[in-house]
Amino acid sequence: MSDIAERVKKIVAEHLGVEPEKVTENASFIDDLGADSLDTVELVMAFEEEFSTEIPDDAAETILTVGDAIKFLEKNAG
Amino acid sequence: MRRVVVTGLGMVTPLACGVEPSWRRLLAGQSGASLVDRFDVSDLPCKIACMIPRGDGTADSFNPDDWMEPKEQRKVDDFIIFAMAAAQQALDDAGWHPTSYEDQTVSGVLIGSGIGGIEGIAESAHILRERGPRRISPFFIPGRLINLAGGYVSIAHGLKGPNHAVVTACSTGAHAIGDAGRLIALGDADVMVAGGTESTVNRLSLAGFAACKALCTSFNDAPERGSRPYDRDRDGFVMGEGAGIVVLEEYEHAKARGAKIYAELIGYGLSGDAFHITAPSPDGDGAFRCMTAALKRAGLTAADVDYINAHGTSTMADEIELRAVERLLGNSAANVSMSSTKSSIGHLLGAAGAVEAIFSVLAIRDQIAPATLNLENPSVDTPIDLVPLKARSRPIETALSNSFGFGGTNASLLFAKVDR
Repeated sequence: MSDIAERVKKIVAEHLGVEPEKVTENASFIDDLGADSLDTVELVMAFEEEFSTEIPDDAAETILTVGDAIKFLEKNAG
Repeated sequence: MRRVVVTGLGMVTPLACGVEPSWRRLLAGQSGASLVDRFDVSDLPCKIACMIPRGDGTADSFNPDDWMEPKEQRKVDDFIIFAMAAAQQALDDAGWHPTSYEDQTVSGVLIGSGIGGIEGIAESAHILRERGPRRISPFFIPGRLINLAGGYVSIAHGLKGPNHAVVTACSTGAHAIGDAGRLIALGDADVMVAGGTESTVNRLSLAGFAACKALCTSFNDAPERGSRPYDRDRDGFVMGEGAGIVVLEEYEHAKARGAKIYAELIGYGLSGDAFHITAPSPDGDGAFRCMTAALKRAGLTAADVDYINAHGTSTMADEIELRAVERLLGNSAANVSMSSTKSSIGHLLGAAGAVEAIFSVLAIRDQIAPATLNLENPSVDTPIDLVPLKARSRPIETALSNSFGFGGTNASLLFAKVDR
């Protein structure tokens, strides 16, 4: 598992208050991890913070699963 | 109109988390005041406050994790967490956990706060200035809005009836309970979870109230002696924090389910001073009129009043209220006990009226008037028993609870034993 994947999963588990085992790449923030739409906005902000990057709104809308976030950040972050 | 009774109590105060431990410590004459150590007070004229005893939940301390998920706590200011704790206690005490659609839709919430999430607003303003709008959390607004205390409580407990909030500075808690009682009396709800909550022990709030010259500044080296209503050495209020929430219920509804009934809310009066933004009208006419209105609503006269929980903030306003009460009571003044429990817990601002309403209800239950601590040298003579220093057992059939707020907003609640 890449360093980015690990950091993403840690942020997701912390922000959504879920067990780390549940944070798999296929897990959907809303359907599987109990997030609401506000939680997902905050998650994107946390990713931006952690990876010192900016995630544009149209890209943020396509980040629905843990794997989506990892893929986006592997491509666009540091 | 339908009768309204109190069937559940909940509170988080600077004395304890919970109604009974707070009440026990109040009657024992304990003070919740101490030197502020949560943030820098070195440059503030007032360095003391009455703070919630935070801890792991043992020894009656307040552990936020007992009342709200940690991931939810992160999103809100403390006033919402305090409200969640007090509401849970009150609903558990009342044994009212509505699950059917019918029960949920007749159960409402009316919780106010004087100031709401001032700490989170201040922090977010810093973030906005230093890092720009993209760093503002989506939870910034919903975690600070005053009516979100009630919002969170309603979601946690499935309360689908009226969902309302009051904002009237230091009268908030009293207005919330009074207005909730009216909603029940008029048939808009059968059960209301009502009260006030406040979390203003922070640098910005202390600086703001200090600028108003409202805070105690002479007792930084003896915090427990700072809140001293009616005493000649008083010099301002001591800030408190916490929440008080009651379950109000329509009398027949409570009887039908065999609920424990603490007292009946028999009167509620409101008035305005129309005088000054922070100072009460020196003639005390606003206070007099709201107390009179509460008695009139109850169909009682001043001679029927046994105990008064005063607004008594330990400021220049103490004597104005005292004169208004003397005017109200006339010849029966000598039969009445009036105390300010702010001498023990400080001034909980938007939560004060609700916590003090609960103390008034307990005074009726236990037939005891809590003390006015630190009242060593009364600033004025009065025939009214101000219950100096020690709680006093006495017959209490009725209790009046006063709250007066910035903006000249006044409220009085009148409680009585049921089926006197």
